[in-house]
Amino acid sequence: MSRPEYLAPPEIFYNDDEARKYTSNSRIIDIQVQMSERAIELLLLPDDQPCFLLDIGCGSGLSGSVLEDEGHIWVGMDISQSMLEIAVEREVEGDLLLSDMGQGCPFRAGTFDGAVSISALQWLCNADKTCHKPVQRLYKFFSTLYACLSRSARAVLQFYPENCDQMELVTSQAMKAGFFGGVVVDYPNSTKAKKYFLVLMTGGNMPLPKALGTEQDANGVSYTTKRDRLKQARGKSVKKSRNWILEKKERRRKQGKDTRADSKYTGRKRSGRF
Amino acid sequence: MKLITHNFLSSKCMKGVNVGFPLKISASDVKVTEVDFNPEFVARIMQKIDYPALYTATESIGHLEDLPKQMVENYENDEHFLKKVHHALLQLEVINGELICPETGRKFPITNGIPNMLLNEDEI
Ligand SMILES: C[S@@+](CC[C@H](N)C(=O)[O-])C[C@H]1O[C@@H](n2cnc3c(N)ncnc32)[C@H](O)[C@@H]1O
Repeated sequence: MSRPEYLAPPEIFYNDDEARKYTSNSRIIDIQVQMSERAIELLLLPDDQPCFLLDIGCGSGLSGSVLEDEGHIWVGMDISQSMLEIAVEREVEGDLLLSDMGQGCPFRAGTFDGAVSISALQWLCNADKTCHKPVQRLYKFFSTLYACLSRSARAVLQFYPENCDQMELVTSQAMKAGFFGGVVVDYPNSTKAKKYFLVLMTGGNMPLPKALGTEQDANGVSYTTKRDRLKQARGKSVKKSRNWILEKKERRRKQGKDTRADSKYTGRKRSGRF
Repeated sequence: MKLITHNFLSSKCMKGVNVGFPLKISASDVKVTEVDFNPEFVARIMQKIDYPALYTATESIGHLEDLPKQMVENYENDEHFLKKVHHALLQLEVINGELICPETGRKFPITNGIPNMLLNEDEI
């Protein structure tokens, strides 16, 4: 399937028919909800505190409903009238704005405790009008997003980068706008489950959260070294050393096996005269 | 549009606008909805609320009711006050009308509860 960004501008692509799928197509709904839940997890909001959040490209409000379920109050912005009408129809609690993220986030400084965006950011990489310059629009978006977040707040944006260049373009504009962070790739080895989350931080450079589904490839290296370290920590002796032999004999005796008595010669090097 | 959103919304993305806040409201249709009262959230958001702007907004849509003109001190534990603010911020909703940029007079229509903040090419 060709990428929807190539078919039409978002305000046209997300027409009434496309918007309708967000209430009727259970696959679309499930994926949107799952990604929203993961995005909130990556936001690292303080426990049990109702927060004020921004949903960028909020569309039909599926992502917003997840924010509500977690007890937060949200404001959503989207460029598609049809998608927003679905959100109204779904009676979401969040407040909605018709606006273009490429024109900036129209809020006072420090407004939000965090921001999420589900499957919208890749649209900004396209030039839909002659006046559209993706780099400028991305920068405008990120710099105004940075300004409207409170200090130490995060933004988590799930998106579908078309290729490495696009990922690089998006990340570099975010960093230029003052953010720290980078892309977390969940399930990198699965074509279907693979998901990209741009995790942006305002309050200094913190380690990126761990991606999901990466254990398999890490196994080969980290698991064995970890096991060796654990063994030493448990106080096991080096193989073939006197202690190792004594321990082994002791185990055999406990198992009731015929074992020679220990002597001062146990575990000594043979002279080689044999 | 709820007044909590209005209290943070600005027209500063527009070329030539410095602050763009607070936007004036001209409301032709206001709805009052019941929203669960969450004192913890209201107390926390009050730290960021521009109270004079909230007061003026509430007045301009004709729903001032008994919102005090001055913010009370130590509101964290003043449930009575927090409930009034809760009502103003979250229960009043402008369904139709317009927002007006305080610097340029540019109007942003509100339809079906949704402000249209889209800018024209020559306004960016
Ligand atoms: C895949 S949908 C996700 C919808 C949403 N997360 C939901 O729960 O329904 C992507 C959304 O991004 C919006 N979008 C695309 N480009 C945008 C832009 N420049 N500004 C604002 N929203 C945009 C589209 O209108 C669409 O609603």
